[in-house]
Amino acid sequence: MPERVLMKGNEAVGEAAIQAGCRYFFGYPITPQNEVPEYMARRLPEVGGVYLQAESEVAAINMVYGAAGAGVRVMTSSSSPGISLMQEGISYICGAELPCVIVNMVRGGPGLGSIQPAQSDYFQATKGGGHGDYRLIVLAPSSLQEIFDLMGLAFPLAEKYRNPVMILGDGVLGQMMEPVVLPDEPAQAPPPPPWATTGCQGRRPNVINSLYIEADACEAHNRRLQAKYDEIARKEVRYEALNTSDAEVVLVAYGSVARVCHSAMELARAEGIKVGLFRPITLWPFPSQALAQIAAGTGETGVAGASGTAGAPGRGDSPGPAFLTVEMSAGGQMVEDVRLAVNGLRPVHFYGRSGGVVPTPHEVLEQIRALRKAVAA
Amino acid sequence: MQAEIVIAGFGGQGVMVLGELLAYAGMLENRNVSWFPSYGPEMRGGTANCTVVISDRRIGSPVVSRPGILVAMNLPSSLKFAPLVLENGLILYNSSLIEQPPDRQDVRVISVPANKIADDLGESRIANMVVLGALIGASGVVSLDAVTESLKKVLPARRHNLIPLNRKALEAGMALASAVSA
Amino acid sequence: MRQIFGRPASLTDVPMHYCPGCTHGIIHRLVAEVMDELGIREKTIGIASVGCSVFAYEYFNCDMQQASHGRAPAVATGIKRVWPDRVVFTYQGDGDLASIGAGEIVHAAARGENITVIFVNNAVYGMTGGQMAPTTLLGQKTTTTPLGREARRNGMPVRVVELLSQLDGPAYLARVSVHNPKMVNTAKRAIRAAFQAQLDGRGFSLVEVLSTCPTNWGLTPVEALKWLEDNMIPYYPLGEVRTPSSASRQAGVPAAASTATAPTPAAFGATGTAPATRGKEGE
Repeated sequence: MPERVLMKGNEAVGEAAIQAGCRYFFGYPITPQNEVPEYMARRLPEVGGVYLQAESEVAAINMVYGAAGAGVRVMTSSSSPGISLMQEGISYICGAELPCVIVNMVRGGPGLGSIQPAQSDYFQATKGGGHGDYRLIVLAPSSLQEIFDLMGLAFPLAEKYRNPVMILGDGVLGQMMEPVVLPDEPAQAPPPPPWATTGCQGRRPNVINSLYIEADACEAHNRRLQAKYDEIARKEVRYEALNTSDAEVVLVAYGSVARVCHSAMELARAEGIKVGLFRPITLWPFPSQALAQIAAGTGETGVAGASGTAGAPGRGDSPGPAFLTVEMSAGGQMVEDVRLAVNGLRPVHFYGRSGGVVPTPHEVLEQIRALRKAVAA
Repeated sequence: MQAEIVIAGFGGQGVMVLGELLAYAGMLENRNVSWFPSYGPEMRGGTANCTVVISDRRIGSPVVSRPGILVAMNLPSSLKFAPLVLENGLILYNSSLIEQPPDRQDVRVISVPANKIADDLGESRIANMVVLGALIGASGVVSLDAVTESLKKVLPARRHNLIPLNRKALEAGMALASAVSA
Repeated sequence: MRQIFGRPASLTDVPMHYCPGCTHGIIHRLVAEVMDELGIREKTIGIASVGCSVFAYEYFNCDMQQASHGRAPAVATGIKRVWPDRVVFTYQGDGDLASIGAGEIVHAAARGENITVIFVNNAVYGMTGGQMAPTTLLGQKTTTTPLGREARRNGMPVRVVELLSQLDGPAYLARVSVHNPKMVNTAKRAIRAAFQAQLDGRGFSLVEVLSTCPTNWGLTPVEALKWLEDNMIPYYPLGEVRTPSSASRQAGVPAAASTATAPTPAAFGATGTAPATRGKEGE
């Protein structure tokens, strides 16, 4: 077995970024992600990088804008209220098509809310959040190992599409410890791209900009962006489907709640209830097609990513399962994407805890039992 | 096998590090482990707890509603978590500070006079190690050697001179657990 | 035939969009001439802000980034931390720098961020159509102070150079004007000193340039220059407040000692500016 290191989630975020070749971090303290900037303040100087504590999240995201425009791997990290403050900057970064990684360790809201774990910023992450027609690529790890995997993916994705990538975690993921296997080889950041502002020696000046004052020009810019988002939606969907082929009920959850649901699934299976788990890894692009196939009874089980699908064939002629979406959100946010994907083919239910309360496996099991009883009645 | 353990007490009683040692030992034994702390207002109120899961399977929830094992280092922790322990589970309570034993007939309850034993060993701060020893003695969830090895990783280098004393505390706890079981 | 006057290499050959009589064009040219003379065009990265100078990225013939409203010093910080051996400057107006971007400019200055800030103060929001700026003078009429700025309702105008002079971070702070040829020359010397401070690694430098806005002031260009001289300079005295050789910038001087330095600008050699008046002009 390769050597495993016991780490805290927020430290894993920092180390994973360094292993991914990131050398620039601009941030501002906020619970529950303070170990990220603390780790970076300690580690980045050791690897020749730069850590700077900004005067606000507003300044931090604009420092990220500057550094990304200057052509390097750069990131920031915050939690819900801080991410709200960054929205203007994120919109500009999308408009100017700059690559960077933004980590959001979500806490309870609205307002000052709580400092406990939540998933109530799904809409903000996946549907905009700032102004204008733009998309973030949103990755939702559910383990510390996956933080490493997805951070390693995040920077190349950001660079390939010149688009920010958000890693959406929560207080559970940030605060928990778990063993991780570090990558064999740390990634090297590529040299500054030809469009970066590095000084115009020997070439025409580069301009980093999101202003298109003429309506036609601005629309053309938006069309280019939409074409890019379409390509991302086609090529970059990632999810995990477990035990969905024979399931009566498929739990849909992401991040730490997917782990709670994994436990609930095991409890239910031990009682003889056939429960599956569908875990989106990319929240945007949302794995709608895979979910629709499961609803239609033709879905597959396994982990699927940009490299294709894997797993067992579908259920044949038997009808698709009912869906139970579980989120740390009061009214449910991702459930709307689940309903759009399932498109009325099968029932979609919701169970949520909010404000920082983490649902427990037994609570989810109760919901599954109730759902089954209602179907039988 | 999957062990789900809640460790709770006052801040300063070493409950977080106790959990960390368990997780580390589990990792050294090539098991899957997770450690999740309480954080925020609870901490500021002076009580702290963490949840450790040690498993041969993929670990689902790192947050546990019904633990199989509880370590209660003070009365508020015992009152809060003892009712949640699964039937046939295990409760270790620090009887140096908790006069009233947890009211559970359906679980194994072990009284550990942790502070007294630690004081007898000459170091009051290792009460948590006494309870950890009793925990591994009573449950076998990880080995004494793995915990001793973990001390080297979890304790800062300047505290490594205390490892033999910690080992003594662990052994005292284990002895107590086996005496109770016998 | 010998050419004695031409476009600096650091300016693009693009017609500027500025209104007739606006002094942005002069200030752009001064920055470009300094870049040419210091030979830094190919290693300079400029940051355009939001306001009338939003299109500065089309006029400066060097790498440029466009920043959101007020955040140019943060963007500049990100760039400078990546490329410490490049020259990084921001070009910001008074609404951008002294109002929405007050936090960013104060902290970039406090960090002694080794960047140069060209701060254009024309006492009004130009791009949005002549609203009150943080630097609008008492009594000055704008579209949002139709009866004139009034201290009780609108507060007092902000003197940025004096404000920043309370910090230990800045290496160079000066206020200049471009309302006559002599002042234009003085302004250029200050801009050059600011860039030189950055090249020498001395830390944060800022030049506040008093500027006109004939369109929004409702004056002819010539009247506007006169208005600047008569109204702005008494409230915004010209001169250098901080130079790299100032005592307060010497290493080891405790904060208390350095903040005790008088914030009143020291007049440039021959400018003969009016003394600082802190009264409530226009009342």
